[in-house]
Amino acid sequence: MQNINDYMPVVGHSVINELYLLAERVQPRAVHNVNSTAVGGGVAEILTRMVPLLRQLGLNAKWDVIKGNDKFFNITKSIHNALHGADVRISKEDWEYFLEVNRENAAEMDLSGDIMFVHDPQPIALIEQRTRRDGTKWIWRCHIDVTNPQKDVMDFLRTYVEKYDSAVFSAPAFGQEMGIAQVLISPSIDPLSDKNKELSQKAVDAVLERFGIDKERRLVTQISRFDYLKDPVGVIRVYQKVKKHIDCQLVLAGGGATDDPEGLQVLEEAKSAAAGDPDVHIIFLPAGSDIEVNALQRASTVVLQKSLKEGFGLTVAEALWKAKPVIASAVGGIPLQIKHKYSGILTYSIEGTAHYLKQLLHEPGYAKALGLNGREHIKNNFLITRHIRDYLLLFLSLYYEQDVVSL
Amino acid sequence: MHEPFHFYTESHLVRLLGLKARNTLELLEGMKKVPASSIYYHTHRFLQQHHYLSPEPPNDFAYWLANILNLKQLAEAFASVDTVDFKNMEELRAEFIGILESYPVKNVVDCPEGQEFHFMACKTFILPVQYVAHNLREFADILRRVSVNSLYFHIFESRMRLERDENDFQAWFRSIGENELAQRLSRLDPYTITLESLRGQILEMVMKYAEH
Repeated sequence: MQNINDYMPVVGHSVINELYLLAERVQPRAVHNVNSTAVGGGVAEILTRMVPLLRQLGLNAKWDVIKGNDKFFNITKSIHNALHGADVRISKEDWEYFLEVNRENAAEMDLSGDIMFVHDPQPIALIEQRTRRDGTKWIWRCHIDVTNPQKDVMDFLRTYVEKYDSAVFSAPAFGQEMGIAQVLISPSIDPLSDKNKELSQKAVDAVLERFGIDKERRLVTQISRFDYLKDPVGVIRVYQKVKKHIDCQLVLAGGGATDDPEGLQVLEEAKSAAAGDPDVHIIFLPAGSDIEVNALQRASTVVLQKSLKEGFGLTVAEALWKAKPVIASAVGGIPLQIKHKYSGILTYSIEGTAHYLKQLLHEPGYAKALGLNGREHIKNNFLITRHIRDYLLLFLSLYYEQDVVSL
Repeated sequence: MHEPFHFYTESHLVRLLGLKARNTLELLEGMKKVPASSIYYHTHRFLQQHHYLSPEPPNDFAYWLANILNLKQLAEAFASVDTVDFKNMEELRAEFIGILESYPVKNVVDCPEGQEFHFMACKTFILPVQYVAHNLREFADILRRVSVNSLYFHIFESRMRLERDENDFQAWFRSIGENELAQRLSRLDPYTITLESLRGQILEMVMKYAEH
C-alpha cells in the first residue's frame, strides 16, 4: 500500500505539505464513505486508494458497502442508464424494492460519523435515516453523467438529494437546478498504482505475448468495461475503416463490475462485430488485472475512448499519464481532460474518430506532442493528490458559509 | 526591525451554480446575477489549471465566445481586458457587462446543444504555510520551494479578491525599504505569463537586489 509521502517525488513536496495542513483542519471529524461495490468500476477503485491515504493524513475515514441481490442491482443498473438518458422504465414496485433494500442496509449499518459521504444512486436513500439532532453532515457524490437524465427518475432521486447538505458532480454540465450547494470535483488516477506505475519493457512485452499481440506492429487500444455506453462495436467500426489504409491491431480490453449484469451480452456483440479478424483482440479481464491494463496502454500507439456517455472517463487520464496520444468522444468529463488538438483529440462520430486515428498513425511526431502535453495536464489536475485536496476542502466547506475562508 | 514576510497558500473548491448560457444574451443575464466569486473563477482558473501552458486562454468567457460561438471579435474584446488594471471583481464585472451590452442583439445565435457556458464559482481557503522570510535572500530561497498556489495567492488573490492596492510581495518589499524592487514588480503584468515563468522572473529580480 502506498504512503502519502511516496507521492512527493511525483507532485513535489509543497503539494503534499499543503495536504497535511488542510487535513489538520479537518482532523477531529470522522468521514464515513458508503457505496455499492467493493471491487470493479471507477468508484470502488478510487475509494480503495483514497480511504487509506486520508487515514495517513490523520483523518478518521471509513468505508462501507451496501448489500443487494441481482434484483436490486438490475434496478440500480436501470436507474444508472436512465440518468444517462436511456429510455428505461422503472416501475413503482421497482422503486419500492430499491427503497426497501436501502432501508434494510440502513438498519444493519452504523450510520454515525461527522460526515456521511454517500456515492452514487444505489445507497442514496440512506439519507432517510438522517436526524438533524446529531449534527451529522451528509454529502451525495454523483459519479454519473447526468447531462440529460430521464426526468421522472431524476425527479424521484432529487427528493432524496435535496435532503443532503452538498451534492458533488464530476463535470460542469452535470450541475442541476436544486436548492443545495453543488460542488465540482473531478475524479483522479493514482500514479503509483499497479495500473499507472512505470513498467519495464520486459513486463510490457510479457503481457503482449500472453495475449498474442504482435509487439512489432502498431496497436490501437480501448480499455473499458464491456458496456453499450462505451460503444465497443463503434470502436471496431473505426478500426475497420482505418485498417483499409493502415496496418494496425486493435485491442478491446476490460472487465465488468459486480453491479453490471449487462457486460457479457456486450462482449458477445463485440466478438460478432469483429467477425474473426485475427488482428482484433477482445480481452475480458478479471478484476485485479491492473498490470495488464497498464501494459496494454503503454504498448499502444494510440488509445481510443469512444464512449457515448461517460461519467468522467478515467481511462483517458490513465492513457494521458502514460503520455499516449488519445482520441476520445467529447462527452462527460472527457473535455476537461483533453483540450482538442493540444492534449489529445476530441471527436463526435465513428467517421471523425477514424479520420483522426489515421492522422495520428501517420504523424507520430504530432501524436507524441499530444501525449506529452496530456501527461502534463494530468499531472497538474487529475492525480489523486489533487482529488484528496478537493475532498478535504469539501469536508471543510460544510462548516463555513463565506466565499473566502481564512483557516 | 522590519516585519518578516509570512507565506500563505490557498486552495479553491469549485461550486456549480446550476446556471447556463446558450448565447450572448443569456451570458449577459447570467453575468449580472452570479456572485463575484464566479467572475473571479472564470477569469482566473486558467492561470492555475493550465499553469504550464503558454499562451494561455485568458478567461473562460473569451474561450467560449471564440471556440463555441465563433465570435472572434467579441472574444478578443473580452480577452484583451487588462485584468491587472481593475481593483476588484465588481469593476471587472461592469466592464464585461458593458462589452456584452454593446454587442448588437440582432447578431445573437445559440450554441450547439451540449456546448453551453456553465457558470461556476469558487470557495477559497487560505492558510499559512510554515515559511517566514526575514530578508530578500531568505525570501528568494523560500519562493523557489513554495507551491504555485502560494505564489498565486500572494500575487493575484490578495490584490484582486481581497482588494488590496498592491500584491503582497510589492507591499513587503516597500516595507523593508526596497522601493525600486517593488516598483519593478508593479510593472510586471502577471496575467500574460505562466506561473512558473512568473516565479522565475520574480526570483531574478529579487536575487539582483539581494546581492546589493
